[in-house]
Amino acid sequence: MEVLDHYLYTKEHEWVSIEDSIATIGITDFAQSALGDVTFIELPEVGAEVEQFEQFASIESVKAASDIYCPLSGTIVEVNTKLEENPELINKSCYHKGWIAKVEMSSPDEHSKLMTAEEYQNYLESLQ
Amino acid sequence: MNPYIANTSSEVDEMLSVVGAKSIDDLFRDLKPEHRPRSFDLPVGKSEQEVVDFIRDLGKKNASDLKLFIGAGYYDHYIPTAVDALASRGEFFTAYTPYQPECSQGTLQALYQFQSCLCTLTGMEVANASLYDGGTALYEAAMMAIRITGRNRIIMDGGVSPIYRKMLRSYTSNLHIEFAETPVVHGQADRRQIADLLNDQTAAVILQNPNFFGAIDDHSDIIETAHQKGILVIESVYPISLGILKTPGEMGVDIVTGEGQSLGLPLNFGGPYLGFMATRKEFIRKMPGRIVGQTVDAEGRRSFVNTLQAREQHIRREKATSNICTNVSLCALRAVIFMSLLGKEGLKQLAQLNLDKAEFTRQTLEKIKGITVKRSSPTFNEFAVCLPCDASKVVGEMVKKGFAAGFPLGRYYPGMENYMIVAVTEKRTKEDILNFAQALKEVCNSG
Amino acid sequence: MKLIFEESQPGRQGFQVPKSDVPISASVPAKYRRKVDAQWPEVSELEVVRHFTKLSQRNFSIDTQFYPLGSCTMKYNPRFTESLASLPTFANLHPILPQLPDGEQLVQGALQVIYEMEQLLCEMTGMDAYTMQPLAGAHGELTGVMMIAAYHQAKGNKKKYIIVPDSAHGTNPATAAIAGYETISIPSTPQGLMDLNQLKSKINGDVAGLMMTCPNTVGIFETEIDKIAQMIHDVDGLMYYDGANLNAVLGRCRPGDVGFDVMHINTHKTFTTPHGGGGPGAGPVGVRKNLIPYLPISRVVKKSDGAFGLDYNYPHSIGYVASFYGNFGILLRAYAYILMLGKEGLVQTTNHAVLNANYMMHRLKELYELPYDRVCMHECVLSASRQAARGVHALDIAKYLIDQGIHPPTIYFPLTVKEALMIEPTETESKKAMDQFIDVMIQVDRLSQENPEMFSKCPQTMPISRPDEVRAARDLDTNYFLQNSKASASAKKSHLIQSLV
Repeated sequence: MEVLDHYLYTKEHEWVSIEDSIATIGITDFAQSALGDVTFIELPEVGAEVEQFEQFASIESVKAASDIYCPLSGTIVEVNTKLEENPELINKSCYHKGWIAKVEMSSPDEHSKLMTAEEYQNYLESLQ
Repeated sequence: MNPYIANTSSEVDEMLSVVGAKSIDDLFRDLKPEHRPRSFDLPVGKSEQEVVDFIRDLGKKNASDLKLFIGAGYYDHYIPTAVDALASRGEFFTAYTPYQPECSQGTLQALYQFQSCLCTLTGMEVANASLYDGGTALYEAAMMAIRITGRNRIIMDGGVSPIYRKMLRSYTSNLHIEFAETPVVHGQADRRQIADLLNDQTAAVILQNPNFFGAIDDHSDIIETAHQKGILVIESVYPISLGILKTPGEMGVDIVTGEGQSLGLPLNFGGPYLGFMATRKEFIRKMPGRIVGQTVDAEGRRSFVNTLQAREQHIRREKATSNICTNVSLCALRAVIFMSLLGKEGLKQLAQLNLDKAEFTRQTLEKIKGITVKRSSPTFNEFAVCLPCDASKVVGEMVKKGFAAGFPLGRYYPGMENYMIVAVTEKRTKEDILNFAQALKEVCNSG
Repeated sequence: MKLIFEESQPGRQGFQVPKSDVPISASVPAKYRRKVDAQWPEVSELEVVRHFTKLSQRNFSIDTQFYPLGSCTMKYNPRFTESLASLPTFANLHPILPQLPDGEQLVQGALQVIYEMEQLLCEMTGMDAYTMQPLAGAHGELTGVMMIAAYHQAKGNKKKYIIVPDSAHGTNPATAAIAGYETISIPSTPQGLMDLNQLKSKINGDVAGLMMTCPNTVGIFETEIDKIAQMIHDVDGLMYYDGANLNAVLGRCRPGDVGFDVMHINTHKTFTTPHGGGGPGAGPVGVRKNLIPYLPISRVVKKSDGAFGLDYNYPHSIGYVASFYGNFGILLRAYAYILMLGKEGLVQTTNHAVLNANYMMHRLKELYELPYDRVCMHECVLSASRQAARGVHALDIAKYLIDQGIHPPTIYFPLTVKEALMIEPTETESKKAMDQFIDVMIQVDRLSQENPEMFSKCPQTMPISRPDEVRAARDLDTNYFLQNSKASASAKKSHLIQSLV
């Protein structure tokens, strides 16, 4: 399973990439692989305010459905509308083209509650 | 002797020795003595012949030969013989939910065609593969509107079947849902009252066409008002009437439900029936129930599968759109056979025949002294009749003359004790109608 | 195969609507009329008969195949119950009739069926009363949980949770949620039973009840069921019995005797009403005395003069869960089946269902992993984990079985067993039919070692091979007319849609 070094992670298998005050969010390689071929994603609304670890999107494959939780509090500033027509981007490129939403962070300190790549890697191994 | 068990006693012995059990009782060793039944005092078995005779005799205690002028959402339509012949094929009725699509293409394609027929009938974009019945379908639609809008207030028009309205209240009694009901005016939905009740907490307005009194309507204006406030409109419909009437799709309805009994199902003393639901494509993931979709196999051959299953209870568990596991496939099958037999022209002819017979009945009854027929709004095959005395007494007397004369309104609408709702389908001949009018005249004039 | 819409020819009609015999040609005002006709297919009666006959031949069914679909009790559906259900004296009966003045007299035969069915089910399950209204098993569950909620409301109990074992069928948590409860899941022990220590740690005063199937969904009888019931009752919780597996215990154990307060029955399973390609069913719900006040109305009662009637006078009732008295046509079939089997026949049913399942389990456990190696009830759960290690998954085995003319066992459930093969032969299958299935399963194991790649191409003998389910979900096509004419659905995009999206 691919885990990118400079990203942060949650136990629910979301990733975050932080640049200035903007956090880009997606689901990890482990999550997309467990789901299988993604058929639909319900994106959050731009402008919505979310709390850390609040459910803000959901994702479906043929045989599974899963909620996606926002790793950090803030305001949704952009969503990846390409996923509406091409949900397979999540399978093909979960860390890049398959990003889900961008959040303007309101409490950047919260990232201390997230896992580093190394911690997430260990977490994945503990799940085996 | 149980004719449905194939094992002989020597086979039983052979199987027990494979299992390593002394007796069949030994296989129940996980059940402790305190788990045993305190009683199991059931009658001794009978032969098939004895049971058939017994149940035939029970059937004779039912007044199934009354001439039905009663509807209330459930109609005495003729069922083409081919419907029974095809739906009773064992390959259909002894199959189960199509979990394995490769060996269930028959059921799946039939359901895809059912959905399509329903869509073109209602003018909607997508339909599910059926729900239990018209009442539960309406409840599911209300819950769907609540999910879509994130609001919890429902406005119900008084023209919606009182049976359905009672069911909705029962189902939601442990939930935080608020209901408001508006009485009808001149037989139709009260635009002003409904508009006054719409607010930013309102999820949906529920309407019915034709309504419980038989009145037909064009709800386009109500729908426009509701949509301006982000409110959905649910309409419950009577399929046969849609051979003539403006469709929910043409009016802009968001969720259509209905009772499909009139599409080739017997009255069955209340069930099994056929609930259906159709909606806009953008709401399909919020729609409960099974949905069949078309796709292809590896060789590009047309294939059908249960699709969007991620909404359902076996995957979503407590987050599912509904707890429903299945549809009423066999009833939907009957309906799609019925719809195929009638075809585009047959539906129009059948609807017209119902309209004509109801109008003839209406005109015939109007000639009876003391009887008035409500004409404040147009109707399809059902209409309200005002009698010179208590309608339930009249209906009681009419039974003695061999007629189920109508549905007395006093039961659900206090103050309307002299009214009954009369339904006329294609099965009532001119002679039946004239006899009915004659009998009604005698009953009303003697009372 | 063609769609019936593709066989349509303008001007053809498969059914002749009678000519009008009334001297009237009525019309409704233009504003109330539809503008575009419904495009139902225009085909002859023969074309309809051929089309649907051919469709039927594209189905596996109990009548044509061995169908050991676990947890679905695919037993033989007797023909005489079908014929009774279509008797005009029942089928033509309008449900409103008994609601007319003195109308109960018009339907005495039908009310007697419902009343006597209630008595039979009470005796069979140890319950004190039944409602026949629920229209299917899941509907019965909802009715049952609504009664649990009404019970707590009446007592002023503030309850929040329903407990379900992790092996529960998905309907249990879905029902609890829809009735307004949160669920607590209890894991299973390595023996396949509910973990009592976990249960003990999760029980508290907020627990409204516990829903369980017994025998449970891995086919094992919960040996500590009475203890579980005691623990729940100690916090004034109620015990819900999911009757999915009732076929395993007829005459051997009654839910009412071991502490269950409310239960539903799936008539299509235990009492062999037709599965119908997925419904219609019926889901009678039984209750102990403490819940009788909350039963749905109407209730069928026997009056002092021996006549049957409908009683609506139950002020604490949860109200109406169905439009009328339940799926009467289905209940009538179940009633006839019970009358015919009688006490002895029902006990035999369970005996042979359990014997057959144990026989299958013992014959197959050498080659297939058996997660819980102990006596099973009416079904056994094996795992294809050894075969999966060779690249042949439960799904592949299922598709191979289809090519052998056998309907696969349940493979998507229970979630607690990986690569599950849930096999329920039912009492109506012969040893010969089971032996044939076992021979095929032995062959599967051999092929999984010799030629595992072969499985991915199965099935090959069906009208289609494995369909592309991802495409079905991504490029939704659920309506022929929408797909073929984007203009056909006249639904205009409203303000609403814009405001919601």
